[in-house]
Amino acid sequence: MTTKISVRDVQKTFVNDKGEEVHVLDGVNLSVVEGEFLAIVGPSGCGKSTLLNCLAGFETASTGAIEIDGEVVRKPSRKRVFVFQETGIFPWYSVWDNIAFGLGDLPFEEKHEIAMRYIRLVGLEGFEKAYPSELSGGMKQRVEFARALAVEPDVLYLDEPFGALDAFTRLEMRREIVRIWQETGKTCILVTHDVEEAVELADRVAVMTRRPATIHSVLDNPLDRPRDPDDRRFRELKDSIFEILGVERRV
Amino acid sequence: MRLRSIAFAALGFALFVGTWHLLTLGHGVAEVAGPWLTMVGIGEVMAAGHLWKNIVASVFRVSWGFSLAAAIGIPLGILLGWSPRCMMTFNPVIQALRPISPIAWIPIAVLMFGGHGLLSADFSAIFLVFLASFFPIVTATTSAVGSVEQKFIRSARNFGVEGLPFFRRVLVPAAMPQILTGLRLALGISWVVVVAAEMVGVERGLGFQVNDSRNAIRFDHVEAAMVVIAIIGLLLDSGMSRIESAALARRGMSRR
Ligand SMILES: Nc1ncnc2c1ncn2[C@@H]1O[C@H](COP(=O)(O)OP(=O)(O)OP(=O)(O)O)[C@@H](O)[C@H]1O
Ligand SMILES: [Mg+2]
Repeated sequence: MTTKISVRDVQKTFVNDKGEEVHVLDGVNLSVVEGEFLAIVGPSGCGKSTLLNCLAGFETASTGAIEIDGEVVRKPSRKRVFVFQETGIFPWYSVWDNIAFGLGDLPFEEKHEIAMRYIRLVGLEGFEKAYPSELSGGMKQRVEFARALAVEPDVLYLDEPFGALDAFTRLEMRREIVRIWQETGKTCILVTHDVEEAVELADRVAVMTRRPATIHSVLDNPLDRPRDPDDRRFRELKDSIFEILGVERRV
Repeated sequence: MRLRSIAFAALGFALFVGTWHLLTLGHGVAEVAGPWLTMVGIGEVMAAGHLWKNIVASVFRVSWGFSLAAAIGIPLGILLGWSPRCMMTFNPVIQALRPISPIAWIPIAVLMFGGHGLLSADFSAIFLVFLASFFPIVTATTSAVGSVEQKFIRSARNFGVEGLPFFRRVLVPAAMPQILTGLRLALGISWVVVVAAEMVGVERGLGFQVNDSRNAIRFDHVEAAMVVIAIIGLLLDSGMSRIESAALARRGMSRR
């Protein structure tokens, strides 16, 4: 098992509009193994998105180092793609054009083959000419997954990707993301506020503290997939995460 | 529903024309003329053959002034919205010039392009229309670009789309709805301003027709020109709004 991502002593301080310093990350240490599915949970506003933005290269850490494959992360790259809450797909492009967006200057035939392959992977055959405004929330999220996967990244960053979906679609998309992850073997880092979602999906769950945040602990999740939320061990794992979060809330 | 709104609009117009009729009861063509005299006046100016020439002159000036303003204002607005430095440099000047009514520019325009003569009259009217539409276009474009959602910009960077393709494929389409709204607003102002610009030193145009009829003390013809101005203004606006909604309905840029 090789280390894919290593985060060492990362601190992040923002200066807000009033000129005050906001200390968000206070020495985060984390390492992620190749092909792993890691979930990050933590209190609201603790800096989960900030950490993910630093990992993606959208933000730079104030101090500390983030390395991926031994190289320091300086800017965004096609090798690690971000999936946004409420979807970052482009409303002015059709499904086909959205999915082919990151494919650069490839000849049309190649682009078409790749786009159609990922359209099939996420189950959107027949919708390639549709525009996002004609799709449901879950279908838009599928388009975004396909757009991300089409450039064959090593790492997927998922920032509450199901947050805007209704409960039923969310369950369906969870199953879908596990299937995609198993089929493609990407390293996935999922930020979520839904502890059950974290336990259902991830190999390990990192629990963050309140701001200024560190990683309180990282829990292993040895349960076999597909996982049953009514299983005793599932509930125990969930409870121990809640306990950590609860302790943090009382501090 | 459509029939209902037409019925209500007809009622509104009937009330308006009725009031107009009552207020101008017994007036001749040397006074504020009533609706009937105005109707007759429209027939007369149409028959006289000047009307088409004047419509063409005004529409010609608006088309040029507005197109030039869009051609310069949209790229400038994109630049200002994208680069904080350009914004800090040029925006204060633009905001300082913006409140000056284009009408106040008329003497400058006449001085710059000469008052009389066919082409020079066109130039100064075009210049004034340009000024009238330039500022709303720049301002709308700047704010449109400034309010493009961060996730679209980040997505583009994430997929390595930079430089010109970034503007063409992401920034401009994302800002387009607001830019189009700005264009529609600017076209409305252009039409208002062209008539005013044609009041001095011009021998053609609907504004000229208003002024000329006043000098001839034919207020029925003044009002006839005003009715034509209203109709063309409505046509321009509905044309622009049709373009706008066609572009927005699908927001489509895809060819396949
Ligand atoms: N660009 C910024 N400038 C100033 N402060 C910021 C900036 N980005 C984030 N913050 C602050 O950092 C803190 C953490 O934000 P972040 O979005 O990372 O939290 P989060 O854990 O993802 O929250 P949520 O659960 O609500 O998504 C917040 O208090 C936020 O106000
Ligand atoms: Mg967040």
